[in-house]
Amino acid sequence: MSPEERKANGPLFNTLRDRVTEAIAARKTELQTEALNARLASERIDVTLPVRPEPQGTIHPVSQVLDEVTAIFADLGFAVAEGPDIEFDDYNFTKLNIPPDHPARQMHDTFYVAKQGDGSRHVLRTHTSPVQVRTMLKQKPPIRIISPGRAYRVDSDATHSPMFHQYEGLVIDESASLANLKWVLEEFYKAFFEVAQVELRARPSYFPFTEPSVEWDLRCDRSVPGRIVFGQGNDWLELAGSGMVHPRVLEMCGIDSGRYQGFAFGGGLDRLAMLKYGIPDIRPFFESDLRWLRHFGFAALDVPTLDGGLSR
Amino acid sequence: MKFSLSWLKDHLDTNADAAAVADKLTSIGLEVESVEDAGARLKDFVVAHVVSAEKHPNADKLKLCMVDAGTGAPIQVVCGAPNAHTGMKAVFARPGVVIPVSGEALKVGTIRGLESRGMLCSSRELLLGDDHTGIIELGADAVVGTPAAKALGLNDPVIDVAITPNRGDATSVYGIARDLAAAGLGTLKTPKVEAVAGKYASPIRVALNAGDACPIFAGRLVRGVKNGPSPRWVQDRLKAIGLRPISALVDVTNLMSHDRGRPLHVFDADKLKGDIQARFARDGEQLLALDGKTYTLDSSMTVIADDGAARGIAGVMGGEDSGCSDATVNVFIESAWFDPVRTAQTGRKLAILSDARYRFERGVDPEFVVSGIELATKWILEWCGGEPSEVVVAGAPPAWRREIAFDISRVRSLGGIEVGKDEIVRILTKLGFAVADGATLAVSPPSWRLDIEGNADLVEEVVRIHGLDKVPSLPLARDEAVAKPTLTSAQRRTRLARRTLAARGFNETINLTFIPRAHAKLFGGGDDARQLENPIAADLDAMRPNVLPSLLAAASRNQARGFGELMLFEIGAQFESGMPEAQTNVAAGLRIGSGARAWSKSTHPADAYDVKADMLAVLESAMGAAMTAPIKAGAAPWYHPGRSGTLALGPKVLGYFGELHPAIAAAFDIKGPAAAFEVFLDAIPEPKTKGKARSAYQPSPYPAVERDFAFVVDAKVTADDVLKAARNVDRQLIEQVSLFDVYQGAGVTEGKKSLAIAVRLQPKDKTLTDAEIEAVAAKIVAAVTKATGASLRS
Repeated sequence: MSPEERKANGPLFNTLRDRVTEAIAARKTELQTEALNARLASERIDVTLPVRPEPQGTIHPVSQVLDEVTAIFADLGFAVAEGPDIEFDDYNFTKLNIPPDHPARQMHDTFYVAKQGDGSRHVLRTHTSPVQVRTMLKQKPPIRIISPGRAYRVDSDATHSPMFHQYEGLVIDESASLANLKWVLEEFYKAFFEVAQVELRARPSYFPFTEPSVEWDLRCDRSVPGRIVFGQGNDWLELAGSGMVHPRVLEMCGIDSGRYQGFAFGGGLDRLAMLKYGIPDIRPFFESDLRWLRHFGFAALDVPTLDGGLSR
Repeated sequence: MKFSLSWLKDHLDTNADAAAVADKLTSIGLEVESVEDAGARLKDFVVAHVVSAEKHPNADKLKLCMVDAGTGAPIQVVCGAPNAHTGMKAVFARPGVVIPVSGEALKVGTIRGLESRGMLCSSRELLLGDDHTGIIELGADAVVGTPAAKALGLNDPVIDVAITPNRGDATSVYGIARDLAAAGLGTLKTPKVEAVAGKYASPIRVALNAGDACPIFAGRLVRGVKNGPSPRWVQDRLKAIGLRPISALVDVTNLMSHDRGRPLHVFDADKLKGDIQARFARDGEQLLALDGKTYTLDSSMTVIADDGAARGIAGVMGGEDSGCSDATVNVFIESAWFDPVRTAQTGRKLAILSDARYRFERGVDPEFVVSGIELATKWILEWCGGEPSEVVVAGAPPAWRREIAFDISRVRSLGGIEVGKDEIVRILTKLGFAVADGATLAVSPPSWRLDIEGNADLVEEVVRIHGLDKVPSLPLARDEAVAKPTLTSAQRRTRLARRTLAARGFNETINLTFIPRAHAKLFGGGDDARQLENPIAADLDAMRPNVLPSLLAAASRNQARGFGELMLFEIGAQFESGMPEAQTNVAAGLRIGSGARAWSKSTHPADAYDVKADMLAVLESAMGAAMTAPIKAGAAPWYHPGRSGTLALGPKVLGYFGELHPAIAAAFDIKGPAAAFEVFLDAIPEPKTKGKARSAYQPSPYPAVERDFAFVVDAKVTADDVLKAARNVDRQLIEQVSLFDVYQGAGVTEGKKSLAIAVRLQPKDKTLTDAEIEAVAAKIVAAVTKATGASLRS
């Protein structure tokens, strides 16, 4: 082709080439799309198939409630104190002003561990109060603790298990009074049961380790069988024993009762869980029935916090 | 402690009804267990006259009754009771009345074609007894249309009060009235006990031979009595609180016990031999008691004895042989004060719960010993006639007078409530305390308040009577504006371990810490020192030496219920001995089965590597750092010896993991693969505090290089040996060594295995050249070969 021809036809050829190239590319894309569509059309899964199984873990209600109780009391400045399940008679009874002949020490109430090699004989703690004794023996006031944990009594029926969980509180300083105790319990129950108001009723009572001794009932509504609503209604539910720490207990634990005073209170953790979450019977708490654990258990990530709420 | 409202009103002048009395009792510390007000409960039931009772025309066993309930025209009622008859007075419920036994409202019914417009009730239908054989037949004097409760004698509410162990003074109706009067519910109106003049000297003398166990003992003979039923009002009182009237001479003691809290005994004097004394029992001495049982006594117990034998267990129960009968003519009334502690011990040893023990062990009024005899004499003379001797007394009441310097500012400081001095004095005086004013109040408790010792007790008295409900609510000072964390690191670790395991799919359990001894023995326990002396059940007798047997037993129970796949854990104590503080806090878990069956086939039998991961997850979450301590083969004996491992820091074992020993699995009847782990939370070292800031962030700008190697080693060489040798070649350059394949079989010599590792090189200061990479690779091959005898797989 002459230069002139080339000049004249060049653009034509170029255009032709471009068009052919474009057509090939377009066709290729078309074919690819078709192929892809054909492939996608053949690639079908059954999206209703269940997901691969993942075990669902649960937190035991007692542990969950313990975390709730701990969160509330932490905000009130209470540390958590712990002690052993097998306990010295002295800490479980004597230093709590429970005399040697007291009925609570009898074998029909208290579990005794066999006599040890050194002749000593110990008990399964009947309450977590010995933890208070241990705390007072080693810590100078002011003291603010709760002592949650397992406790044991020779008792077994729908509302009693030979092993159960208690939480107890102890405040020792120079001025803590029954009025402060009332406030602490009110604030605690209000926060724990997540209600706007609670009403407490105080009843004089008797415990060897407190004087005066007070039992507390919480106003509630039990008019619908199997359901309890706190803060309203015409029923009363006994929830805590308490009192001003007996001067003799303070002295036996090395605290000057002329200068320091304080209060102690306690209740059942299992019981709190039963009341808050509608669990009717205490015995299944410790029977580890998978159905029960799944039904009443809590998710691992449901960590009770004051900002996020104690429960869903 | 039960009493009826009208009985209370014998002592207390008050208009209060049962509900008001109950509220006040609870508010002053006498806890009301129940108020049985049958009158109120049965207010809708009325007395009816059965005008006629004919056979039902369509049924043999039914009767067609016409009933006059005082409402005008007779009402037609179909009744199935065999004792329904014309002319009787019965308890009638009209339609709409709720029948106690069913809790349902009565409806108009049609029975065998005839309408029934009401019901004639049996005891059981009213929850008054078990009798369901017929309807209640009321006395002929019952007035038609009036409340049936009145005709049944049930219009007097009965209140049951739980008396705490410190309140011996409240074990009587009189004592309760005294407390209520102090609390402002009425006025005490009990007349003073008058002495009854004796006509002659008692021929029976009394003596004391029991030391502090019985400091005072009094008695009196009454000659020429005639026993028989006690007066109607006495029988009504006793029946109302569930006691059976027996005879006047026996009822005297029961009435005295409940009315005045003064247990005493009335002997048939003709059955006694010689004089009476309080003495200690002889070991092995036997006594047939009033409950018909023979008790064997010991020398820690006190008895009332005549010259022949023991006649009563002091403070607990009288003897059968010297008791009163209808033939009794001469009686000897005995009243004494017995030591509360000893009485309680005796009662417990003999397993006798009696009204006497209930009072003596709480402490009875030491000043009412003789008064009790005087009042009993009065009653006996009134009910049975007779001629009293003079009262004979040995000893004196135990010392009870004491004075407490009461700092009344303690009412505010302990009780948290302001109570004026006048009110304090008024309350204490009303409760029977003697109060003398001075710099402090000099307070002397009355003889019946043996429980009052010091200021705290007096504060309680003031506050409970003034009203605990008046104690205000006072905030506790807040030490920190923003609350500080309060958990110890051990408590945090426990919480982290728990939530970690739940997040991994484990179900948390809490199990009893006592287990069958046979189970304990499988886990290194079951020795005598860890046994309970008084287990709740024969197979819950051993303190667990390990948490796993609890989990295994739980797993076995769940498998029996059809759950084959289990992931259970518990965090709790296990016991090294029977001594306090010899317990450790353990997080233990159990995986059983092959995972849930699924279409995706993504599961595998629970094995040692699963639980190794669990163990490491717990440790790492608890520590907040990677766990680099070496794992050694083998663990505790309850694991498969060849498929288990131990993680230890020096001598301190932090955890075990592995497949369960087949013998252990069999012992618990566990089906399917089972693997377990234990983490000893107390053994985990405290984290080093390095401040909150993280280490400097220095990512390398140079590319990382990854090289794979496959080594053939002897089967016994561990992965750790290979990995460690490779890692140690150049700790600066080698960022990570990971193992991605283990192979034994075709292509690898018998007794050998192939381990494939990936080594990641991360230069910090330049890009690696091929030569440098090859040089490091050669060193790695050499190091692994040297350390393990490996050869590079071709």
